Amino acid sequence: MPVLTINGEQRELQFAEDTPLLWALRDELAMTGTKFGCGMAMCGACTVHVDGQPTRSCVTPISAVAGKSVTTIEAISEDAVGKQVQQAWNQLDVPQCGYCQSGQVMAATALLKSNPNPDDAAINAAMSGNICRCGTYNRIRDAIKLAAKAVQS
Amino acid sequence: MNAKTPKQINREVAICNISRRRLLQGFALSGLVLAVGVPGVLLAEDEPEKFGRDAMPHGWTDDPLVFVAIMADGTVKIVCHRAEMGQGVRTSLPMVVADELGADWAQVEIVQAPGDEPKYGNQNTDGSRSMRHFFMPMRNVGAAARMMLEAAAAAHWGVAVAEVKTGVHEVLHPQSSRSLGFGELAEAASKLEVPERDQLQLKTAEQFRYIGKGKTHLVDGLDMVSGKAIYGIDVTLPDMLHAVVARPPVLGGKVTDYDATEVLKIPGVLKVVTIPGSPPPAYFNPLGGVAVIATNTWAALQGRKALKITWDHGEHASYNSPQFRAEMEQSARVKGGAVVRDEGDVYRALENASQTFSAEYYLPHLSQAPMEPPVATARIVDGHCELWAPVQDPQAGRDLVARWLELDADKVTVNVTLLGGGFGRKSKPDYMVEAAWLSRSMDGQAVKVTWSREDDLHHSYFHTVSVERIEAGVDEDGKPVAWLHRTVAPTILSTFDDSALVKMPIELGMGVVNVPFAIDNVRIENPEAKAHTRIGWFRSVSNVPHAFAIQSFVSEMAAKLDRDTKDYLLEVIGPPRQLNPAKLLDSWNYGESPEEYPIDTGRLRKVVEAVADKANWGKSLPKGRGQGIAAHYSFVSYTAAVVEVEVDEDGELSIPRVDIAIDCGPAINPERIKSQLEGAVVMGISLAMLGEITFKDGAVEQNNFDGYQLSRMADAPAEIHVHIVPADDYDAPLGGVGEPGLPPIAPALCNAIFAATGQRIRALPIADQLEPM
Ligand code: FES
Ligand code: FES
Repeated sequence: MPVLTINGEQRELQFAEDTPLLWALRDELAMTGTKFGCGMAMCGACTVHVDGQPTRSCVTPISAVAGKSVTTIEAISEDAVGKQVQQAWNQLDVPQCGYCQSGQVMAATALLKSNPNPDDAAINAAMSGNICRCGTYNRIRDAIKLAAKAVQS
Repeated sequence: MNAKTPKQINREVAICNISRRRLLQGFALSGLVLAVGVPGVLLAEDEPEKFGRDAMPHGWTDDPLVFVAIMADGTVKIVCHRAEMGQGVRTSLPMVVADELGADWAQVEIVQAPGDEPKYGNQNTDGSRSMRHFFMPMRNVGAAARMMLEAAAAAHWGVAVAEVKTGVHEVLHPQSSRSLGFGELAEAASKLEVPERDQLQLKTAEQFRYIGKGKTHLVDGLDMVSGKAIYGIDVTLPDMLHAVVARPPVLGGKVTDYDATEVLKIPGVLKVVTIPGSPPPAYFNPLGGVAVIATNTWAALQGRKALKITWDHGEHASYNSPQFRAEMEQSARVKGGAVVRDEGDVYRALENASQTFSAEYYLPHLSQAPMEPPVATARIVDGHCELWAPVQDPQAGRDLVARWLELDADKVTVNVTLLGGGFGRKSKPDYMVEAAWLSRSMDGQAVKVTWSREDDLHHSYFHTVSVERIEAGVDEDGKPVAWLHRTVAPTILSTFDDSALVKMPIELGMGVVNVPFAIDNVRIENPEAKAHTRIGWFRSVSNVPHAFAIQSFVSEMAAKLDRDTKDYLLEVIGPPRQLNPAKLLDSWNYGESPEEYPIDTGRLRKVVEAVADKANWGKSLPKGRGQGIAAHYSFVSYTAAVVEVEVDEDGELSIPRVDIAIDCGPAINPERIKSQLEGAVVMGISLAMLGEITFKDGAVEQNNFDGYQLSRMADAPAEIHVHIVPADDYDAPLGGVGEPGLPPIAPALCNAIFAATGQRIRALPIADQLEPM
């Protein structure tokens, strides 16, 4: 049974080893903040961090993350950058339906951790894997810039 | 529309055997919730015709006891009875109540109503109606509750009610400098009579603290960015099982035979169950098929892969998109079809015109593709079925589940979760019936049925596919004198009556018959088209193809006449005047009274002028760049957009800026209006650039977001500027907001492409049609 660290806690997962992390999180651990959107690494709704790297949990079998450290949206406020991202999102009222926003916040946090001051091209590149059907892209872009400022100050 | 007969419109009966006129009234009155078996609206013989909120099933209520509860600790609980799907209704409607009540927003808690229209009034969240229909009732709710608190305080102090007033979350007696908090007054207030509606003292606009300000943050905003918000797909119940369903790939298909041997070997799979299909028409019934029930979603998905099913595809297996398009184009090119508006003599005027123009426009099927696919959870305990679902129309789901399980509706509870997007898809509760059916097959154990993205794209209630052909003639001065529009598309009505071949009033009234142009000779023809899939409604519905064709065509005329598009558009709209929609043969007008809601060309002109001004229309631009403009009346609001594009040498398009103006009457929550229009701009660009569902041998060809592409961040405009044209006051009639932003985007974009490149796009999506510069 794969043992991994999820949000700082050691967890042993019972589901079949080929089960994508997404479904283990949601159905086995009832951690439903990580969303399903496509199941094929095409929408970003399921983004988590694996050893700090943004990762599509819908195509990542739990066997592949054994021994690794996974951070999900439920714990992103414990990260200094993640916290600023959430606050910027709230300040600009980014969400519409909000369903994609877990993944957006995870992708944006990963971006700002590797590039504290991204320009539009860097934002487009880092966020292009995350679809928002409601069309909140312009506010996401503004919120990333707002969070970047907050992180730097 | 003065029907003289008693109108007991049972929706099913209406569909099956009543005259077209009656049936269409049924549609109008029931707001598209046909076929769910609830009793229709009852109008006595001499009762005047009803409009707006009065005409919706179960109408409305402004009873404060239904919507407000105040706790002893001062917490004010406000019920939101409409579904939250991104439009911000859980913030905006309770905000109205809180403002009138005098509540401090920080002490307000939102309670989501279950599906129960007899109690809450109409809950069918579509048609851009929530604020339009419930602003007044929610103001009344807040005002009535405030007056009850004031009466309780006055009684407590033994002073006249006139001497007390409400501050923020407290009632004050200024003369004696006393005050009592809402929490302290709640119990005494709850025992008082609710004031009569005509006694209510509403706040004046100057007294508003939240209404019109746009400063109220989203109630669910923080939960949405911390994984705490609960959508339908997140519902987790004890011992809950997970199901996925293999549905017939072609509408009307049936399972001939299936083999589940390999399925049952997969760890976690518990059971394979068939769901019966239903004879046409499709209604909101499930499509039927074979379900795999397992302990987790992944096991269920693996199980479904291992299913071997032989299908009988049925009569629609010959549906092929290219061939169907050719057939529709054929119909659009010959005179005929239902004549749905005819003024003057269009054919003669065309003959006599000094110049004529014609063009044909094509819009493919689209899928709503909400980010959260359809999903529902059900369990049955002691003969009571309880469901949790992201659903726009919970009462329809409740009634349909009741019918499928042969229960009374009061034995069905529908808990409405957040919707991860709806766009019309989640108005059709087929997925709720699946969950209920599967729970019953597991003796009532909780079952969640999850649709994969493939399921969602294969089995939507699709936006129709359409060909619009317009011919126009102008006199020597370029003034239009003849307008002939042939509109061809399978109708939404086919989902409720599979013999339907022509559009119904609600579709025609979405911009095609009620085109408000100053032209003497106008004729609209509607040739037949047969539906081969479930046709549904997608945000803005028929306004999308109609506005695309009409607003592209006006721009084409302007270009050929060497006129500025904006000026020519204003000339075609003509002088400011109020048109009775019924005179334009629009018997629907979004369900609103034609007197209260005339089509006001002055307001249409104003949004055109406002957006042109803000976008700096006509500014000089370098080669490869251009601006396009379009305007449209929909959902009793007026919108206009200017899109600016840049096309590079490789034919790559980017969008530096979009301006959009709306006149939706009073702007109750300008912040969410802005966000809805921003979203509409991106969705409009998405469908114009990329959106296309095609059918081959009756089945959808696109499987996931690789085939059915949606705009991503890099495709979004660099800047979106929303301009809200203010209403005179809060008594002006409200218009819709969620949908009206979408229709002008595709034509404004294609008009901009023409301005930048000289290339005219008449068939969507644009995809790779752009030629290198
Ligand atoms: S669900 Fe994983 S990328 Fe879409
Ligand atoms: S906010 Fe709805 S999908 Fe992004």
